[in-house]
Amino acid sequence: MPTAIAQPVERENYLNTKYGVWSWLLTTDHKRIALLYLLSITFFFFIGGFFALLIRLELLTPAGDLVQADTYNKLFTMHGMVMVFFFLIPSIPATLGNFLVPMMIGAKDLAFPRINLLSWYLYIIGGVMMLHCMLTGGVDTGWTFYAPFSTNFTNTKIVEAGLAIFVAGFSSILTGLNFVVTIHRMRAPGMTWSRLPLFIWAHYATSIIQLLGTPVVAVTIVLVAAERALHLGIFDPRLGGDPLLFQHLFWFYSHPAVYIMILPSMGVITEIIACFSRKRIFGYSFVAFSSIAIAVFGFLVWAHHMFVAGMSVYAALVFSLLSYAVAIPSAIKVFNWTATLYKGSIRYDAPMLYAFGFLGLFTIGGLTGLFLAALGIDVHVTDTYFVVAHFHYIMVGGAVMGYLGGMHFWWPKISGKLYPEGWARLAALIVFIGFNLTFFPQFVLGYMGMPRRYYDYSHMPEFQVLNVLSTAGATVLGVGYLLPMIYFLWSMRYGKPASDNPWNAAGLEWKTASPPPTFNFDEEPVVTWEAYNYEELDAPHSQEVPVAR
Amino acid sequence: MPDSSSATGLHTEEHNPALLHHFADPEQQRDAASLGMWVFLATEIMFFGGLFCAYLVYRRWYFGDFAAASRTINMAYGATNTAVLICSSLTVVLAVWAAQTARRTLLITSLILTMLLGLVFLGIKGIEYREKFTEHHVPGASFRFVQPIPGHPGQYANPRHAQIFFSLYFVMTGLHALHMIIGLGIFLWLLTMAWKGRFTPEWHTPVEMGGLYWHFVDIVWIYLFPLLYLIDRHP
Repeated sequence: MPTAIAQPVERENYLNTKYGVWSWLLTTDHKRIALLYLLSITFFFFIGGFFALLIRLELLTPAGDLVQADTYNKLFTMHGMVMVFFFLIPSIPATLGNFLVPMMIGAKDLAFPRINLLSWYLYIIGGVMMLHCMLTGGVDTGWTFYAPFSTNFTNTKIVEAGLAIFVAGFSSILTGLNFVVTIHRMRAPGMTWSRLPLFIWAHYATSIIQLLGTPVVAVTIVLVAAERALHLGIFDPRLGGDPLLFQHLFWFYSHPAVYIMILPSMGVITEIIACFSRKRIFGYSFVAFSSIAIAVFGFLVWAHHMFVAGMSVYAALVFSLLSYAVAIPSAIKVFNWTATLYKGSIRYDAPMLYAFGFLGLFTIGGLTGLFLAALGIDVHVTDTYFVVAHFHYIMVGGAVMGYLGGMHFWWPKISGKLYPEGWARLAALIVFIGFNLTFFPQFVLGYMGMPRRYYDYSHMPEFQVLNVLSTAGATVLGVGYLLPMIYFLWSMRYGKPASDNPWNAAGLEWKTASPPPTFNFDEEPVVTWEAYNYEELDAPHSQEVPVAR
Repeated sequence: MPDSSSATGLHTEEHNPALLHHFADPEQQRDAASLGMWVFLATEIMFFGGLFCAYLVYRRWYFGDFAAASRTINMAYGATNTAVLICSSLTVVLAVWAAQTARRTLLITSLILTMLLGLVFLGIKGIEYREKFTEHHVPGASFRFVQPIPGHPGQYANPRHAQIFFSLYFVMTGLHALHMIIGLGIFLWLLTMAWKGRFTPEWHTPVEMGGLYWHFVDIVWIYLFPLLYLIDRHP
């Protein structure tokens, strides 16, 4: 259990330094912006979750009885668009990353604090456009808005949704730009590249993908909008255009976007596993460079989403091979985390439970990704629930588990309060059980041949049992997600005050107050120790390494 | 670093008023801005990259139609605009040099000249667009294209494929023109700052960053000109 200490006088910190709406809406403090993002993405998470709930309710019975086909198409489209562009992409980078990147490297703020605030406003503008689009009819193409359906046939609000994603994409680019410059230029004296926490390496790799990928999807959206408005023919086969070109451009961003979601989560998991095993991470440089390798390979595999779209088999062969190559850096990470656990003094606090959950679920998600990268198997399971289950294991089982683990791990630092540990462990357990109950049956469903995006499966009623299990699991999962929100809010008022370093963790962010002062450190830190120096921290009679004066 | 840390703490002594609180010194601030700008330009390359990719695919598929379409756009306008932009790059470099060496009059003159050249570019572009409009070469319902394929007597270009050329032409040059307009906005802001005498040899980062942006937009044009205007042209 983390220790609590009584604080007679509240120190001035980033939360109590100023009050009032404008002190938040015009803040340039990366920590306050992180909290603004936290509120906004939580809002969108519950909207996306609401759509998911309706989808699961519809699939409870084989007949299409709850909603009509058109509504169902809109439901899964809006679920995907909201969750991908307004929750998962900003989730860890914009909240935990925003909060921690400057602190972990010993900086007072991100390099461009005003651009950071601008990125939040762009996110909000994009979000409002998306909400408006949903309330006035929504989109029915699936989150991938494939041409020519999106450009020539559907009469739903493609242009508005596209613009919302375009604006949100700008926000994502600006966050990535800020991180890259901050990590290059703002490190404290002594904070060399090889001493950086692996959370930072993960965010660096993520930022590179955001910077190089997002502009391509932005220009693709411009082309789709232009095509819809002016009937240019760029993606229209009747006019000599090629719809496959759309898919190439779209997946050039949207496949690496998966790594935008999972890499920060891997960074979080690395910090948690090192802390709760009380060990230096095994193979530091391998874990660091595997993040970069994932970012680089991630740009070379996009066409494995298009194996059945009619592309050249020789190209498919190459993309299949390259997709296998991505498994190597991912496996390096999993093996190194496992090796770190080996002979560690493991504690089972809530963040660690999420880390364990991540390890298992990411491994399943990653390995089923290899099934899909194999040309022969992919043909059979393309567009079935197998694919749905696979990417939910990565995006929810991986990315969201990491996000929740990180929220618990750094909550004492963010809020200055301890969350109730018992409830947190219970919630972690509920999330894990609910998740598997929701998505494991979908692997089986997909393998048996249930197609995705069907609202009515009355011609194959034998699939109902597994669908009922999945819907039941989704309900459990929903409870698991509500619980942390409730007790985090509760702890802000009633939680015990947290000490500066309740986990006795390594890392600069734990050497400042909880919650930190506005400029993070009272004195500029000078780093004289290696990352994850847990052996030193735990050595008998040793003092915590002091911040050099 | 015992002695530097006191100067870089929260309560810094007298320093450059342009130095933001979270930077240790002006050099770090300038480095950050410069790296940020280069990274931003990398995202811009990817933005235009998607279009260049689409261009390459269709040019390879429909080369004859692209060549025929390319011949109908006015090379003289394109060449003049290339010259105009190259001259504007010179005036931008002069502006940066003037800011570095505290030549306020030259700085203001170069900024104004750059903006004038930018306006000339946009004006010529506007005339060109107008011509395309009157020739019914704008993609859409009124698009007409009857032109022979160069080197293939008696064969006419497929108007649909020519329409793809013009779609790319308008999207690419249109987005480029939009970048020029944004550049004019940036330079207008630089001009007001220079007018107020805010730039010094110690701090003139905005001039350098604005200059980088302007050069980037010029370079995009340097690629657009041959790709769009000079397909299979022979005397």
